[in-house]
Amino acid sequence: MAALAIFLLIVFACLSAPLYARWAGVDPFLSTLDAVITIDGQDVPVMEQSTEGLGLGYTPLGPTWRLGNYFLGADNQGRDVMARMLYGGLNSLLISSAATVLTLILGTAAGLIAGYFGGVTDTVLSRFLDILWAFPIYLLAISLSIVTIAEGISIGPITIESGSLWLPVIIIGIVYVPYVARPIRGQVLALRNSEFVMAAINLGVPGPRILWRDILPNITTTLIVFVPLMMALNMLTESALSFLSIGVQPPDASWGTIIQDGQALLYTRPLVALAPGIAIAVSVMALNVFGDGLRDALDPRSKVRLGRD
Amino acid sequence: MKKLLLAASAASLLACGSLSAAHADNMQEHRGGTLRLLARSAAGTLDPHINYTLQYWQVFQPLYDGLVAFRKADGKDGFKIVADIAEDMPQVSDDGKTFTFKIRKGIKFSNGDELGVKDVVASFQRIFKVSGPTSGTFYAGIVGADKCLAETSTCTLEGGVVGDEAAGTVTINITKPDAEFLDKLAMPHAVILPADTPTEDVGSKPIPSTGAYMISAYDPNKGMTMERNPHFKQWSEEAQPDGYPDVVQYDFGLTEEAAVTAIQKGEADWMYDQPPTDRLVELGTKYMDQVHISPLTAWWYAPLNTNLAPFDNEKARQAVAYAVDRNTLVNLFGGKVLGSPVCQVLPPDFPGHVDYCPFTKNPGAKWSAADLDKAKQLVEESGTKGQKVTVIVEDTAVSRSIGVYLQSVLTSIGYQADVKPISPNLQFTYIQNTNNKVQMSVSQWYQDYPAASNFLNILFGCDSFREGSDASVNISGFCDKGIDAKMKQAMDLGVTDQDAANKLWSEVDKEVTDKAAAVALFTPKHVDFVSKRLGNFKFNAQFYWIFTQAWVQ
Repeated sequence: MAALAIFLLIVFACLSAPLYARWAGVDPFLSTLDAVITIDGQDVPVMEQSTEGLGLGYTPLGPTWRLGNYFLGADNQGRDVMARMLYGGLNSLLISSAATVLTLILGTAAGLIAGYFGGVTDTVLSRFLDILWAFPIYLLAISLSIVTIAEGISIGPITIESGSLWLPVIIIGIVYVPYVARPIRGQVLALRNSEFVMAAINLGVPGPRILWRDILPNITTTLIVFVPLMMALNMLTESALSFLSIGVQPPDASWGTIIQDGQALLYTRPLVALAPGIAIAVSVMALNVFGDGLRDALDPRSKVRLGRD
Repeated sequence: MKKLLLAASAASLLACGSLSAAHADNMQEHRGGTLRLLARSAAGTLDPHINYTLQYWQVFQPLYDGLVAFRKADGKDGFKIVADIAEDMPQVSDDGKTFTFKIRKGIKFSNGDELGVKDVVASFQRIFKVSGPTSGTFYAGIVGADKCLAETSTCTLEGGVVGDEAAGTVTINITKPDAEFLDKLAMPHAVILPADTPTEDVGSKPIPSTGAYMISAYDPNKGMTMERNPHFKQWSEEAQPDGYPDVVQYDFGLTEEAAVTAIQKGEADWMYDQPPTDRLVELGTKYMDQVHISPLTAWWYAPLNTNLAPFDNEKARQAVAYAVDRNTLVNLFGGKVLGSPVCQVLPPDFPGHVDYCPFTKNPGAKWSAADLDKAKQLVEESGTKGQKVTVIVEDTAVSRSIGVYLQSVLTSIGYQADVKPISPNLQFTYIQNTNNKVQMSVSQWYQDYPAASNFLNILFGCDSFREGSDASVNISGFCDKGIDAKMKQAMDLGVTDQDAANKLWSEVDKEVTDKAAAVALFTPKHVDFVSKRLGNFKFNAQFYWIFTQAWVQ
């Protein structure tokens, strides 16, 4: 419960991003290199030009530890890091949750169909999932991102523009399908031979109806357990892609892009990279602990684990 | 032209005497040791006829020689061309189309073979046989080049490069007078290699060299070792001076952050890459004596695609030029010590440069401040308000931050802007290809040689624009027939009267600037961070730090 509480706290904080930005009077997406703020009655530039020695370089404002006034300092565009952290968290959470929904829908559908119908259908679907699984997950995600990042995706009437947040959602959602489909297929295979399903088949109940009414309810527990675990995994993937400039595109923020921005300030303003790093770590840990707890609570005998082991 | 060449030779001889005495004294005192250089990565092939990177052009300087060379001297003296493999500057015919070089005797390659006329002739043929990147531009004016470009493997340059073994001369005939031909001959792409060098890219295998050093080991994943050429005897201190260190060890793989730390600790002497911006304050305060800041003849600019909306509209282009705050960009680059705001194409102190800035609050000679009101007005007048604009930048810290800033500016004057960082390995070719429909990008241009045409004609000439090609360096797709004709006129005029040509180039510079085919951002400066033990730092305006002229003991 503590993990859930921490995660919900992060969610609510991120949802308050627009309110925080309005309250602080900052636009986290616009460069404000010549902005000046007031601290203790004194005007302080957001970007400070070095005046000593050779006069080389600019240093962004460090953390003021005052909410609403560059609490975590400024980044190299003079933007409020705290406001960007909240907006970035919002995007990271949105992408990871939307990708989780997509993964669960596609993975469940594939697992149900492959496990229930068996035969050629199972062979084709399973081999396709094997092929998808054969690629190192980050390599596949990076490859898909690089291909789509410049031009977007256009399939028939559906067009997703290159800067859209839907791009990382779709890419992350697809690459993790085998992680969900495999265990679901295994469960469906077992359920397919259970007495109540055999009875329904013998009574002439149509396959789709059996899947919907008899099998799906019996795998719901597994799916529920998958939600937080997949979200954690998706959040990590989204951050990695955004860090590599192939996820969320600037000036939008995600925790990954803020870490990337902070990389150029590691020496002078390490908090710009550390803060989103800590946020990711805490969120992922909270989701994982919550996921494990949920699994134990719903089905103590379950062996659902993410990964290939 | 003949008189000019004679005067230049006499002046350089006078300067040479005092240089040599000091050089000899220093040589006695400081010769020896190992100079340790660092770079994040290698820069491709070791073939000097093919490699087109600043990183290896700098390396090639103490290794290879051309018929002529840029003087290995500090600052702008490095723009002067001196005889190198040739005994003297060439005899030029009255019509300016024939250059005769007398080849020096006694120069040996690092494999012990003596350099002769046949090596010179074969080297010019090889430029075409390996399809050198500038064979179709710099050397396309040589008689017979057209056949060589069409059929590279059988290239003879018949009638173009003619050797006379008995007289020890090589004569180069060009199809029409070219004021920049000697600059082109002084480029690394025209260095003289042994006649039996394979007529294909040698990749990681070093080619025997004539210079003071030779490459003794090379692994593009680890590093390069340069040692003294055992057959080298200094023939011209200006063209190919003997070096101080016995060995130059160039290691690859460290990040810029790690390289700065290594130099601070005395574990390395210099880094090729620019120090990261978050280390600049520290370097500028605690390591002042080890930092060298040098002006560059270079240009950071934002090409605007003149064939795509909204920038097919001149007012829309001018609006962006008015809106961009150059001071902010300079700050993003590292502060005013490292860059200067500009409005025009030709860099300061460059042939043809006359201060000019129409896109500023108080138009005149210099940029003073962005004029957002004027920019917004122009956007309204252009009827392009609300249109989408994507800015394509390199995925590096500085370029990305400039891109994000430009996106902010575009948004503030009424466009729906976004910015896309793409890999630095791909970005330059990506933005050149019209198929990618790039509206705006951020790029840099560093001169090949000191001539106005190298900026104006290359970046904005009609001939530099090739639709659907990755090699269309006129990224804006700008082609104004009137301006193009003027550029050709200036190039022709340069053969007989360089001053008059430079005046014409100034006019061209103004006209291109007025059309706002690209937004001039700033002129960068170069930061060299060196170890405490390193002495005699000399920054050559043409090929940057002359590393073998520094001593480490």
